Amino acid sequence: MEVETPVRLPTPALELHIDAEPSGASFLRTSPELHMKRLLAAGCSKIFQIGPCFRQGERGDRHNPEYTMLEWYRTNSDYTAIMADTESLLTHLALLLGRPGLGDGGGPPPWPRLRIEELFLHHAGWNPVESYDAERFEHDLIHKVEPALPRATPVFVMDYPAAAAALSRRKPGRERVAERFELYIGGIEIANAFSELIDPAEQRGRFETWARERQAAGAPVYPLDEAFLAALELGMPPSGGIALGIDRLLMVLLGATSLDAVMAFREWGD
Amino acid sequence: MAADYSASDFRKGLRVEADGIPYVISEFNFVKPGKGAAIYTCRLKSLIDGNTYVKNFRSNDTLKRPDLEERTMRFSHKEGDEDFIFMDENFEQFTLSGKVLGDNQYFLFEDCEVRVLYHNNRPVDVNLPTFIEKEILETEPGARGNTATNTLKAAKINGGFEIQVPLFINQGDTIKIDTRTGEYADRVLKK
Repeated sequence: MEVETPVRLPTPALELHIDAEPSGASFLRTSPELHMKRLLAAGCSKIFQIGPCFRQGERGDRHNPEYTMLEWYRTNSDYTAIMADTESLLTHLALLLGRPGLGDGGGPPPWPRLRIEELFLHHAGWNPVESYDAERFEHDLIHKVEPALPRATPVFVMDYPAAAAALSRRKPGRERVAERFELYIGGIEIANAFSELIDPAEQRGRFETWARERQAAGAPVYPLDEAFLAALELGMPPSGGIALGIDRLLMVLLGATSLDAVMAFREWGD
Repeated sequence: MAADYSASDFRKGLRVEADGIPYVISEFNFVKPGKGAAIYTCRLKSLIDGNTYVKNFRSNDTLKRPDLEERTMRFSHKEGDEDFIFMDENFEQFTLSGKVLGDNQYFLFEDCEVRVLYHNNRPVDVNLPTFIEKEILETEPGARGNTATNTLKAAKINGGFEIQVPLFINQGDTIKIDTRTGEYADRVLKK
């Protein structure tokens, strides 16, 4: 079912490294995630939305402060079902565009599922799941792991350190690992997905940690989205969900290296 | 003094100051790994000597806003060994030293228009018209009929400044010089 959720919000999703664009006393959404999860808690089971999202200060070859996001969610499900969805959708899109597949040489599904632990041990020589260091993790991800990812086919990079879980749940039976994946095509990150965190206490704890860290870093701190937390209290079924950048997907489908190729208006003035 | 630039202000073409040196951001890249912190990769090009280096910045990093001013003026005359006198359109007089001008001091001619970049009211860079014309005051006679441009010989222009020219250039000829490189560009044919 296609849904529409508000674009202008009193409480943007609180994340460690995402800044919202103020709009009067409110903010433009950085993602429709929290509202879509409220719909899942209210009884919707399979929902999607395509719409604009805004992130302050994100501007580069692969970023634009306003862009188009596709998000979809499934209840009674997890991130493995979302991987299969992603394979079906993107293979279909590639066919519509008259391409045999995605990546350099095609690559029919299933696409490789690469665990971050093994990628880091192999290409960076350490295991971020066992001992996490955010700065080192991000540095090595950009400089060692991403450049080594296969190009011939899309790949799922999965099972992030729990400290980089964002809004994903920790793996039952292995709590150091978060059930999160990122889709990479041609070495470029296209989508981020979770087995959704549905535990209200843990969710509140993460929001509070990010609020403290944002405050310490001098970043704006947004109020907690109590309506979302209340929906989790009422009960949200186990779910899988994904956020996919439409502009970046078009960019890689066209073989371009900059969003300039797919966005008509990329002015730098603010 | 205006506020510093924060990393989110960085973009290609922005003029900034680091360690007391004015730079222009000549290349800019924004990288942000999923859910991670932003990294701003900048190539900084010195506005003084043109040297470049690459530096990564995080969101909380800042760079100073440089106090820069560009003035257009015309060359008037030289005083003594080192002082070059210029006038702007309001006939205000400016003095630039040979040290600031570098090789450009040999390419000046009367009324030559120059653009001078001042950093903290100190002249740091001088731009001349891209091509200027100079007469060859001294050079060995070239081999007759040799029109090759790939063999060069030394020639002197005013001030004794030596420049490499093709063999067919003779004393008394006028040549075109590219002021960006200080190299011979072309021969100016006499009318």
